[in-house]
Amino acid sequence: MTERAAEWETATAALTLLAIDPAGLGGIWLRAKADAPRDRLIAAVGPAMAPRPLARLHPNVSDDQLFGGLDLTQTLDLGRTVLTSGLLGREPSVLMLSMAERCPAPLAARLGQSLDGGQGHSLLALDESDDDEMLPPALQDRLAFHLDLNGLSHRNTSEIILDHDSIEIARIAYAKLEISADLVAQAVETAFLFGVVSTRAVLFAIRAARALAALQRNASVTEAHLAQAMALVIAPRAIRVPDLSDAPAPQESASPEGQPENQTTQTGIPEDIVLQAVAAALPKNVLQDLKTGAAKATTTGSSGAGAKKRSNRRGKPKPSIRGRLGGAARLDLIATLRRAAPWQKIRAGAPYAPDRTIHIRAEDLCLKRFEEKSDRLLIFAVDASGSAALARMAEAKGAVELLLAEAYARRDQVALIAFRGTDAELLLPPTRSLVQTKRRLSALPGGGGTPLATGLEAAFLLALSTKSKGMTPTIALLTDGRANIALDGSANRGEAQRDASKIARLIREKQTPALVIDTGTRPQAALKDLAHDLGAPYLPLPRANAHGVSQAIEAVLE
Amino acid sequence: MSAQPYPFSAIVGQTEMKQAMVLTAIDPSIGGVLVFGDRGTGKSTAVRALAALLPKINVVSGCPYNSETVADCPVPETVKGNRTIQVPTPVIDLPLGVTEDRVVGALDIEKALTQGKKDFEPGLLARAHRGYLYIDEVNLLEDHIVDLLLDVAVSGENVVERDGLSIRHAARFVLVGSGNPEEGELRPQLLDRFGLSVEVASPTDIAHRVEVIKRRDAYETNPKPFMKRWRAEDTKLRNRILAARDLLGGVATPDSALEECAKLCVALGSDGLRGELTLLKAARALAAFQGDAEITRSHIRDIAPSSLRHRLRRDPLDEAGSTARVHRVINEVLV
Repeated sequence: MTERAAEWETATAALTLLAIDPAGLGGIWLRAKADAPRDRLIAAVGPAMAPRPLARLHPNVSDDQLFGGLDLTQTLDLGRTVLTSGLLGREPSVLMLSMAERCPAPLAARLGQSLDGGQGHSLLALDESDDDEMLPPALQDRLAFHLDLNGLSHRNTSEIILDHDSIEIARIAYAKLEISADLVAQAVETAFLFGVVSTRAVLFAIRAARALAALQRNASVTEAHLAQAMALVIAPRAIRVPDLSDAPAPQESASPEGQPENQTTQTGIPEDIVLQAVAAALPKNVLQDLKTGAAKATTTGSSGAGAKKRSNRRGKPKPSIRGRLGGAARLDLIATLRRAAPWQKIRAGAPYAPDRTIHIRAEDLCLKRFEEKSDRLLIFAVDASGSAALARMAEAKGAVELLLAEAYARRDQVALIAFRGTDAELLLPPTRSLVQTKRRLSALPGGGGTPLATGLEAAFLLALSTKSKGMTPTIALLTDGRANIALDGSANRGEAQRDASKIARLIREKQTPALVIDTGTRPQAALKDLAHDLGAPYLPLPRANAHGVSQAIEAVLE
Repeated sequence: MSAQPYPFSAIVGQTEMKQAMVLTAIDPSIGGVLVFGDRGTGKSTAVRALAALLPKINVVSGCPYNSETVADCPVPETVKGNRTIQVPTPVIDLPLGVTEDRVVGALDIEKALTQGKKDFEPGLLARAHRGYLYIDEVNLLEDHIVDLLLDVAVSGENVVERDGLSIRHAARFVLVGSGNPEEGELRPQLLDRFGLSVEVASPTDIAHRVEVIKRRDAYETNPKPFMKRWRAEDTKLRNRILAARDLLGGVATPDSALEECAKLCVALGSDGLRGELTLLKAARALAAFQGDAEITRSHIRDIAPSSLRHRLRRDPLDEAGSTARVHRVINEVLV
């Protein structure tokens, strides 16, 4: 209960500081469900930030709305250019971005630019996500405060009442406040200890410290201010916990003998106050994660927009539709004229009709549409070694053919890689031709060692190169799992396994979906481990019927 | 916040990035600069600062294509009189999700609809002429737009054949792309088209980081004395760049330097001949910048990592990264 209330205190403090320096602190990244605590906080934003106006944004906001654009209806009616003013072009305001977790990268880039641009906007990003989607990192970095109100309920919170007079005074005093170089150094060092490398974060912390000092009407920024500011700004960004166990040591050794200001006391103790403050403010679960070593160290590129859809074709044109111009839409001039044509006589004859040769109204506008498709690619990495050939080569081929038929029905592309002896061979580059695939497959010879790592590597490289061409590759590995040839071509069973799992982890790191089908007579434990490394489902063929295989692959592809 | 960009010389560290940008200012034909690295390391600050550092350019007043003389302007009828004015070197931001129309220019729909006129509305390429085109998160930009940009950047001319329009205008600019490799990579074909590539990292040295924060803080809270302090440095640098531009044609290229460039590229197995050409141009610009009369081994050694790092064949299993490979080969070849 008390702990929950502390989070609310944090939120209140963050809002107060933001009210003092809205442009310098960037804004708040608020992670909370659309719930009572969030509503309470939002309700307080308007009065706190006054006299700045509040502007609401949504992730699909168009450029016209952001930057201003042509007011088509007016322009067409009046016959001269009429422009609308965009949200960003107006006076400094507080932008409230709802559903921020769905914010697409282009919008994030634009908002980031306008936050950097010194127009004085600040952003309140309302993120309702669970763990899978998040505000784009580019924006996270530009907002000083990261708040998480998930887990708070209405009774843990209270109405936010801010002292507007103090804020007003602090706004004036803010700019004149000095901060000593020592404190700056301390802020940098502490942030670094917590693994916060972005210089923006440290700048935010310093600004927040200054705002705190201004709020408390102090003439200069003290360590206590910095500690509190660091706890607000740095703690939620921490990706590393410094070893605090040896930190109290110098404290004790320094006090008894009264050594005047030796090295340890100078750097050791003052640091502690700030350091401890940040450490105390670390979110509990983060601490847990970090201690167990499951650090979130690098944020993966999940930007919240789902898998990026990049097309390798510009798409075939579809019939144009009526709609509003703006953003990425392109006008289909011919269709627009065609739509306007039948009305010309009536429009020209209408009372107060402007004197023009062609009368076009906003409702005539037609937009071009293209159909873009991101092709899926199924990469088969088939083990054609002696052991596999002996065991169930024919069945494996049957399974592949089954999958091929599925792929054909889904209009996916397929590629075929076979590995045996010491190397892997790309039998078939990505194609849609089912006949060709079948022919190559049936002619696939067997025999030799099992260079599992080499085969996986070939599949991985192909996946990488096709990914950059805009396809979505999935790797289907069919093997009996008895890897015995290492990457360098030497026959060494242990080395071969290690190499294979190394590449498997690499594949997983690059977020390439995969599927492991065990073609051996008996399911192999080693192969199960490999599937685990790949982060892929494991399917022993003996127990998998045709239906099971196709279902499994469907599950991976979706 | 101050309206003036952060001074270029006040950027702490990041020597490689600064060097690459200065070299493209001396010889724009080196090609663009690609900056890959962590967030908040001063990538965009550096681009904006560089443009502010460069001398102003003369443009015909009212010309949307930044032409130097009326004769250069593709639409002379729009220009009233032939007054030229001085404007700062343009830096155009290319937002992600930009459409092809906005980049190359398209039919001016406004005029087409309201006045029934078929006019060309110049795009961002026209505005970036004789300046810089800056793309943040270039790795997230759609490939076909990047293709288009690089084509124009290399040829220096924008050719538009669309919507019944047929227009060509000069578009010579230095392309600066930045990005964070964790969020996606650029296709090797595109990487190769950038002249120089640098990797920036957050400084790990505490003293260094403290200095960064101090300067930034001073810039924001007390801009006037700060700008005054650094303006002198900026002027010095500007004069060096201008002097280097004059010197550039006179820098001698001994055969031994050519041979060393070729040797390096062969040893690194870089595809095509772009590597050698860029290496040579960059080394020449560096020699001019340092006031030397001929290209020496030390110039090549200094500039080789930036010029060649992005031209290696990718090896996904090499965890050391291409920078380490380039350094290794430099040490082997240029003993």
